[in-house]
Amino acid sequence: MIQTGTRAPAISVRGVGKSYSGVTVLRDIDLDIEPGEVHGLVGENGAGKSTLLKILGGAVRADAGSVSFDGERVTIANPRDAIAHGVSLISQEGALVPAMSVLENVFLAHWSHRSGFRRGRPDLARFHELLGLTGFKIDPRARVASLPMGTQQQVEILRSLARGARVLALDEPTAVLTNVEKENLLDLITRLAGAGTTVILVSHFLEEVLAVAGRISVLRDGALVTTGDAAEQSPNTLVRHMVGREIDVLFPDPAPVPESAPVRLSARGLRRGIVADLDLTVRAGEILGLAGLVGSGRTETLRLLFGADRAQRGTVEVDGVTLTHLTPRRGMAAGIALVPESRKEEGLVMVRSLRENVALASLGDRRLGPLIRRSSERSAVDEAMASVDVRAARKEAAIRTLSGGNQQKALFAKWLMRSPQVLLIDEPTRGVDVGAKSQIHHLITKLAADGMAVICVSSEIEELLALSHRVIVLRHGRAVGDFPRGTPSEVVIAAAFGDEGATA
Amino acid sequence: MSVEAAPDTGLRQATSALRRGGRIRDYGIVVALVAIVIALSLSTNTFLTTGNMINLLDQCADIGLLAAGATICILSGVFDLTASASLALAAIVGVDVTRVAGIPLGFVAAVAAGAGIGFVTGTVVARSGVNSFIATLATSIVYRGLAVVVTGGAIIYPLTRQASDFAVLTWPSLFHLTSATVVFIVADAIIAVIVATTTFGRRIYAVGGNAEAARLSGIRTGQIRVAVYVVSGICSALAGLILASRAGSANSSMATGEELTAIAAAVIGGTSILGGEGAIWRGVVGALLLTLISNGFNLLGWNTTYLQVVTGCLILFAVAVDRALRQQRE
Repeated sequence: MIQTGTRAPAISVRGVGKSYSGVTVLRDIDLDIEPGEVHGLVGENGAGKSTLLKILGGAVRADAGSVSFDGERVTIANPRDAIAHGVSLISQEGALVPAMSVLENVFLAHWSHRSGFRRGRPDLARFHELLGLTGFKIDPRARVASLPMGTQQQVEILRSLARGARVLALDEPTAVLTNVEKENLLDLITRLAGAGTTVILVSHFLEEVLAVAGRISVLRDGALVTTGDAAEQSPNTLVRHMVGREIDVLFPDPAPVPESAPVRLSARGLRRGIVADLDLTVRAGEILGLAGLVGSGRTETLRLLFGADRAQRGTVEVDGVTLTHLTPRRGMAAGIALVPESRKEEGLVMVRSLRENVALASLGDRRLGPLIRRSSERSAVDEAMASVDVRAARKEAAIRTLSGGNQQKALFAKWLMRSPQVLLIDEPTRGVDVGAKSQIHHLITKLAADGMAVICVSSEIEELLALSHRVIVLRHGRAVGDFPRGTPSEVVIAAAFGDEGATA
Repeated sequence: MSVEAAPDTGLRQATSALRRGGRIRDYGIVVALVAIVIALSLSTNTFLTTGNMINLLDQCADIGLLAAGATICILSGVFDLTASASLALAAIVGVDVTRVAGIPLGFVAAVAAGAGIGFVTGTVVARSGVNSFIATLATSIVYRGLAVVVTGGAIIYPLTRQASDFAVLTWPSLFHLTSATVVFIVADAIIAVIVATTTFGRRIYAVGGNAEAARLSGIRTGQIRVAVYVVSGICSALAGLILASRAGSANSSMATGEELTAIAAAVIGGTSILGGEGAIWRGVVGALLLTLISNGFNLLGWNTTYLQVVTGCLILFAVAVDRALRQQRE
């Protein structure tokens, strides 16, 4: 209902808070969002952006506070309530039924029907209407599982519109999109807002938020730091609000590699999947960076070097000894360690304790026959954790209860307990707060200075260039450039994208 | 209306108080067990007698062994639905060998057969890549079939002169407990110690909690899983010997459906169905609880036709409470 006089905000949040097992993730949020506004929501990992969206979308219940839509206080106990109020949440994970068609997903649970029997034609007509509105091109009969991520997201947006969403809450919508898809989406957001839909946009890409949002709110540690017109903000001012202080962006300088340093690891003609005939060498004390776009074969290369996947062709040598039939066990025996990309999927056993996780890769070093020597395990783990500065009060609590930074440091500790010769690191600081990030950078340079050979993959190009003695750029699984320290980032990025002059 | 969550606050305060009070959550199942023991002690004068205790533990022996086997499998992230079929097959091997080579060799042969059956099951699961639930469902049908083939569908007995000695597991032993009880307690204790204190045990938890992380930590996940099936097979064989010794015979349809009771015992005890969390003692407590309920029905003179209804509700309740408390913790 449109009220006379001043219009009520589309969404009005008052004193909303949420905590999990005593850890406050949102506290006392007051926020008004006007109808037809694009509202940007930014903050560091763990600042509470997603939680706030989930509360509005009914996926999570708030512990405190109230929410009003169009001036009317409402209870959002579950996603159904939110949908009934016209709020549609499009989350990072996606909420489609993969085995169903696009059409079935768009009208999921809202199919047009007569006495329970579905009638396809009205739905199809409505579907084409929505395509016209959004400018998407999707085959209604295609199975959702067969579609690329970007298209799946479009299906979710269509579904929101089909349900008559008046508020569209998008959580990191551009993270999975190509550049063209990204621009189309931002364009669509602007048009939808012009037509009266309220949009809440959560994104890590500040430029993007600044481009489309009318107003922007910044969250830090679960609290709302500021809300204001986007025109008054810049990436720098936003970052300052997000971090709450000037960030120490100074990376540690790696110690120079001695001329006499021997080659620790060399790979010749590695091939599997995307990785095609890759050669690389790394010397003792050297930090080698692997750069490239997502899907260029960086992670795959590290996995081949460690033996996580078996190479179809090619050899890996450590200290001149060829490793045949490389498996994780053989790789570890040769002194290789891999800090994998995903802590949750590949790195840690989330339900087990910090101590058990840190001890896992070196159980054989502290045993008496088949028995674990508890006391020596405890002291070894304590020592390893001190060396990477893990500050965890509860060593016996499941490791999933620790912060991302502590989890990542625990993962380093686990591998350092084996005193490896070669350390392979995939995304050393993903999902880690600023403080822990800097500690991890110092740790990596220190390990190299002590003689370890390090190969590091990172999507953060500045981080990679600052840490590495040398950077190899991968494109479609091939090394297309080998750059010394001090190469400007534009040159490396150009090589990754495949511009002129960068091909080897 | 608002999103204030007033009704939850009471519960939340209560659970956080529990958490501070020494993680009672982790021992909730023991509290339940003690509560039932106290209730039965007060409401009957037959429960807390030596005779009933001996009887109770004897009844629990076979399911207690199967529960330990089920628990070690679930800890490593797999299910063993072959447990009761392996039990029958191993018991049949035991009786057949007894007829030819005497009782001691017969018992040894049964345990060896259980281990061998477990090895085959484990290898099938580890090598085929088929989900363990389906893979062991299929192999259990094969094992039942083999049991029919071997026995021709008939009940098999030891030789007449062996009959009284074959009942050895029903005889009184240490502390007046039956030999079956002693076998159950000793075997489960050994498995519990292995799981809790050895590198093998630690690897079981890691594989069950996150198989890929375990593999990338240099653990041979396939071998670990084969090993837990071997342990489960041995448990099945011991349980099979107890049942055969009690009945004085073996047949191809012994203990049908007991594999599910064993899994229920493991889960009631608080072992996570998702793997990586739990303990052997929990499976034993779960088995004791199930036995206690049926014992209580008898002692109280309740109509045992309701026993299954109560047991089923208990399983649902235990798992629902466990899930609710876990979510609180997240």
